[in-house]
Amino acid sequence: MTIGVKVMDRPVEEVSYVRATLSGMALTFKHLVDPHKVTVQYPEEKWDLSPRWRGTHRMLTTEDGKSKCVACGLCPTVCPANCIKLVPGEDEQGNRYPLVFEIDEFRCIFCGYCQEVCPEEAIHLGRHYENAEYSRDRFVYDLERLSTQTHPVCEMWDPADPKGE
Amino acid sequence: MTHLPLFALFQVADPQLPPTEGIFLIGTVVKMFIVFSVYMVGVAMLTLAERKISAWIQDRHGPNRVGYGWLQPAADGLKNIMKEETYPDSANLPLFILAPAISFIPAMITWAVIPFASPLPTPWGRIDMVVADLPVGFLFCLAISSLGVYGIVLAGWSSNNKYALLGGLRSSAQMISYEIAMGMSTVCVLLLSGNVSLSTIIQQQATMGWNVLLLSIAFFIFLVSSFAETNRLPFDLPEAESELVAGYHTEYSAMKFSFFFIAEYANMVTASALITSLFFGGWDIPFTQWDNLPPFTVLKTVLTLGVFLTKVLFFLFFFMWIRWTVPRFRYDQLMSLGWKVMLPLALAYITIIATVVLVLDRAGVARGPVYGAILFGMNVVLAVLLFVVLDRGRIVSPAYSRLDREEVARLRDMSVRNPALTEKKA
Repeated sequence: MTIGVKVMDRPVEEVSYVRATLSGMALTFKHLVDPHKVTVQYPEEKWDLSPRWRGTHRMLTTEDGKSKCVACGLCPTVCPANCIKLVPGEDEQGNRYPLVFEIDEFRCIFCGYCQEVCPEEAIHLGRHYENAEYSRDRFVYDLERLSTQTHPVCEMWDPADPKGE
Repeated sequence: MTHLPLFALFQVADPQLPPTEGIFLIGTVVKMFIVFSVYMVGVAMLTLAERKISAWIQDRHGPNRVGYGWLQPAADGLKNIMKEETYPDSANLPLFILAPAISFIPAMITWAVIPFASPLPTPWGRIDMVVADLPVGFLFCLAISSLGVYGIVLAGWSSNNKYALLGGLRSSAQMISYEIAMGMSTVCVLLLSGNVSLSTIIQQQATMGWNVLLLSIAFFIFLVSSFAETNRLPFDLPEAESELVAGYHTEYSAMKFSFFFIAEYANMVTASALITSLFFGGWDIPFTQWDNLPPFTVLKTVLTLGVFLTKVLFFLFFFMWIRWTVPRFRYDQLMSLGWKVMLPLALAYITIIATVVLVLDRAGVARGPVYGAILFGMNVVLAVLLFVVLDRGRIVSPAYSRLDREEVARLRDMSVRNPALTEKKA
């Protein structure tokens, strides 16, 4: 027996089941006829992504089509998920460039540290999220795939307000 | 048309008189096919309607991809047929396979006795727009609809799954409790019509006024009970997905699962048609006697069919509307509503109606509009009394009810005198 329970003596208007049901029905009917629906019809309509959205990576290139990456090794070092594979190379003039640059999008946690740490502004996260594939190995993006993507890149901060004020 | 000689060849009987036996048989078979197909397509479209209405109520769009949503039932059906059927190892297979059919068939059979339009005159005689106008029509409905519970109980038992079994148990308790209130509420209808044939009940309402006005409280009881009978929210305890996974059909997959779904909607259609026939005048067009009186014409049949379908569709919408409004009852609330409110209410109402009918008949009031008006006036008073006096938080549950002040004082006193009752054990 629940004796120590606080006993509420509520007024009739609050405990009347019939009245509550009727007002509930009025509410649901109002929503039923309300033409404003909240669903976004996805493939046709899309959300505007925030400028700070962190999605699929892009490697930016110089005007002559080479990747901006100088294979300094900062991004694989800072990467908390350990998803960047970088093998550096050097050409005759002594310029370093990546022989292999691969990002495993499955391992990536999209923290954006690689973009933040990059001294050359080469690797970027993108404002893009539709990266479904038919096989698992397609999720390791190599240098060529990273460079040929064209979606807009993430702005880690608003250039007009760098301190986030 | 009547002047074409060709037509005269087919003119073998008076369109206003019942046909010969051969024509009757052929007509019945044709009606069976038409009613069955319309019914099945209708039930399929109801699944779409339910999803659409639920979506709209929740500010969503609902299915709109397959043929702009219209082919969604076909896509669902195709998927369910192609899917793999799983059978639990420990299930009782014969019953496991039989149960979906048992739950589905009674809902369909009930439709045989429901008149859906005024009689259709044809060159071969007058065809009644009901598959089988049984003289015991209404009793047939009650008998068959109580069979539906077997499907659910057998499904729950034969799956050999604790959730399914609990769902089946709940369903049997729920359906049996509410069947009594349902049957009692319809006794009032029979008192007024003096006949159990559904056609007669509809004719009586056409002359006297719809039973929803004459027997409002019986209608209320019947409506609530039919929600319980069809296992729809707020009485969907046999399913209760938050407690019982999926209740009685937890172990079912593919088309067998789909059959329970179809059975639920078939039950809904049948319940709506019964509410329409018993309380909303069936195919009767309100405010006119034109549609009930011979000579019957094709126009009358089409119009009355339209009116009947409108009423049935309204109740189907009502079922869905309630489902997306009201949360599920707790089990004890369900039982206390059924046994402590609905049943006594129905019994008291029978007594009142029987007394009034007896008094009015003795006083020599003819069964017609005046008779109806007197009953209606009495019902307004009774409904006001019921909802004002009875709905003081006592209808559903003691947990929500207003406690008696003396009772509260007594309980508090008890807890003061005996601290062991309230204090926790160290």
